[in-house]
Amino acid sequence: MIATGWLALSIPSLTSGEPFLPQQDAQVLERVSVKAANPVAREISALRTSLVHDPQDIGVAVALATKLIEQSRSEGDPRFLGQAQAVLNPWLNHATPPPSALLLRAMIRQHAHEFDLALADLDVVLGLEPTNAQAWLTRASIYQVQGQYEDARRACQPLLRLAGRHVAHTCLADIASLSGQATMSREMLTSSLERPGVSARERLWILTILAEMTARTGDVKAAEKHFLEAQGLGIKDHYLLGAYADFLLDQGRAQEIVTLLQRETRADGLLLRLTLAEQALHLSASKDHTAELAARFAAARERGNRVHVREEARFTLALLHDPQAALTLAQANWEIQKEPWDARLLLESALTAGSRNAARPVIDWLNTNRVEDRKLQQLVAQFPKEQS
Amino acid sequence: MRLILAIAMLLLSAPAWAHKPSDSLLSLTVQHDRIEGRWDIALRDLDDAIGLDADGDGAITWGEVRTAHEKIAAYALSRLTVTSGETGCPAQAPRHLIDHHTDGAYAVLLFTMICPATIDTLRTEYRLLFDLDAQHKGLLRLTHGQETTSAIFSQESPSQQFKIGDISLWRQSRQYIREGIWHIWLGYDHVLFLLALLLPAVLRRVAGRWEPTPDFLSAFWEVLAIVTAFTIAHSITLGLATVGLIALPSRLVESAIAASVVFAGISNLHPTLVQRRRLVTFLFGLIHGFGFASVLSDLGLPRGSLALSLVSFNLGVEVGQLAIVATFLPLAYGLRKSWTYQRLVLVSGSLGIAVLACAWLIERALDLKLFPL
Repeated sequence: MIATGWLALSIPSLTSGEPFLPQQDAQVLERVSVKAANPVAREISALRTSLVHDPQDIGVAVALATKLIEQSRSEGDPRFLGQAQAVLNPWLNHATPPPSALLLRAMIRQHAHEFDLALADLDVVLGLEPTNAQAWLTRASIYQVQGQYEDARRACQPLLRLAGRHVAHTCLADIASLSGQATMSREMLTSSLERPGVSARERLWILTILAEMTARTGDVKAAEKHFLEAQGLGIKDHYLLGAYADFLLDQGRAQEIVTLLQRETRADGLLLRLTLAEQALHLSASKDHTAELAARFAAARERGNRVHVREEARFTLALLHDPQAALTLAQANWEIQKEPWDARLLLESALTAGSRNAARPVIDWLNTNRVEDRKLQQLVAQFPKEQS
Repeated sequence: MRLILAIAMLLLSAPAWAHKPSDSLLSLTVQHDRIEGRWDIALRDLDDAIGLDADGDGAITWGEVRTAHEKIAAYALSRLTVTSGETGCPAQAPRHLIDHHTDGAYAVLLFTMICPATIDTLRTEYRLLFDLDAQHKGLLRLTHGQETTSAIFSQESPSQQFKIGDISLWRQSRQYIREGIWHIWLGYDHVLFLLALLLPAVLRRVAGRWEPTPDFLSAFWEVLAIVTAFTIAHSITLGLATVGLIALPSRLVESAIAASVVFAGISNLHPTLVQRRRLVTFLFGLIHGFGFASVLSDLGLPRGSLALSLVSFNLGVEVGQLAIVATFLPLAYGLRKSWTYQRLVLVSGSLGIAVLACAWLIERALDLKLFPL
């Protein structure tokens, strides 16, 4: 019922611009979460109420902001991040904000791809609290996204003392898998899974890394198994859905993506994968969805948003079929983040646009770090050999 | 601690956007001392701020939004301060509509702000939702005449200032001059009227026959006399109608203009009428002035600078008219001795103009659409 409501809502947005007067009072305009039925929404609202009673209580504020960040994660909705930041604002406006608030702001900024600002916040946090495991882990994540593997590894190391062994191992293994040690990483992660006391969310995290890593090395069977295991944990996770859809797309299993994602049209990253699958299947829905995505990218540009450059590059290449424009976007994206997908988009657009020169930074990056990724290696092999 | 550790790790590689951060779209159109506003605010955001889902069933209906209109308007407008100079411009929001944007349904608040005097400097202070969502942004589109400015309000930059006045006086004048020029060029009826009157200007009637004028100067004076008569006449009525002293129904005016073109065309075939061309031009020029006035009132007339707009528009009309004459005169003068000009251009041209204008006359008088001119 809700799903049909959402689908119906996403269609009129194509013709946005002409405001109208609804004819009937009963007409449903928008769906919001039902507080009575949604435990997370209930928890958030309870925390909000306690914060109203005691606006000075930083403990409640941090708990609420954490919940909101978590909600943003599972719904793929950045609105919750702004709300989390607003909850923390009274403390962030202090001359010396408390580390707990700064840490959460670092995570919000990381999400908005303001990596340098996030790292600056983390420097302050770790200056005050050198044993803050979360701050080390977040710092490691940012360095990893930026492709600075040495710094990332250094940030993981304190976790061996400060957090559970499996946390430190997962942190290190994720980086190692990108820098020439995929086999070792796989063993580390598999053994991490078997440790006692691994929470469901940690399991989800480890399984997602494992699934993507095995997919990169071309072990389709293992990847499928890890993806399904992660899905089976029953925690809604927007990132996992996207990663699994990418895996299915590469396997030519577009029909399964349509089944998996047809209700996820609100999250733009997932709508992008759905549209790619619909295009592969020659479904007429892909046209409407392409227009819808174009409108969303335009809306993001209007706001001055640069968070979506990776998705926009992929959209421009695979759905608009404009390799030159996609290449420009992929290059801008490569300046900000350097994960395997960023490399892949730059390689694919450079290849389609016929520009080996544009691909050079990625090829150098692959060679320097000895990245083990079958797809990326296949792409590089398609470039004509350089003449020296 | 463990829980958040895991989340943090996952967060980092997630495609961080998806859905859309909260935006509102504010459009302000400034005209003299008035501001017409349209403000699109997401229903989701309004629900978080003031609670729209009255029955808590997760579905926001039009009924719920409609009954909350006063609440929505009060909430939103108390978070937008617009000042002109030092004084605030209070807002009236009589109604609101709904629109769909990429991330769902929005309430479209329509409002009017009246400032105490013609707006010179506009200051806007935007505070919507920042207390609830630190990443909320207000996307502003400010329109003033032909100028559109956009700006983004955020928690870091909630105030913006815009200069509306002084510079725009010249700009406004330029705009009306341009409109005047375009109107005479694109209003075929005025062009044809003028041409029909000018066709015989390079000829003269000698013993019941057309003869070319002996020198350029006499053709020039003849053209000048006709153009001046037309200009004086239409300026009079344009002025009178614009200040509101005379008002005629537009259908009557438009039909009369068409009739004037018919008459001008036919009169060229009747030498007796040709002799009275200046008078005819003057009389019909009065009618054309009413036509100009209705265009000018469609453009919107600033109360503060009515005279400036009127004079600028009129100036534009004359400039456009001069350009036509300047093209016509040398050409006609060069051709005046040829048989082609005396027979074909003058007679057939005049006839053609009359026939075309006849069709206009029927169209306008009977409110039909014969062809797309």
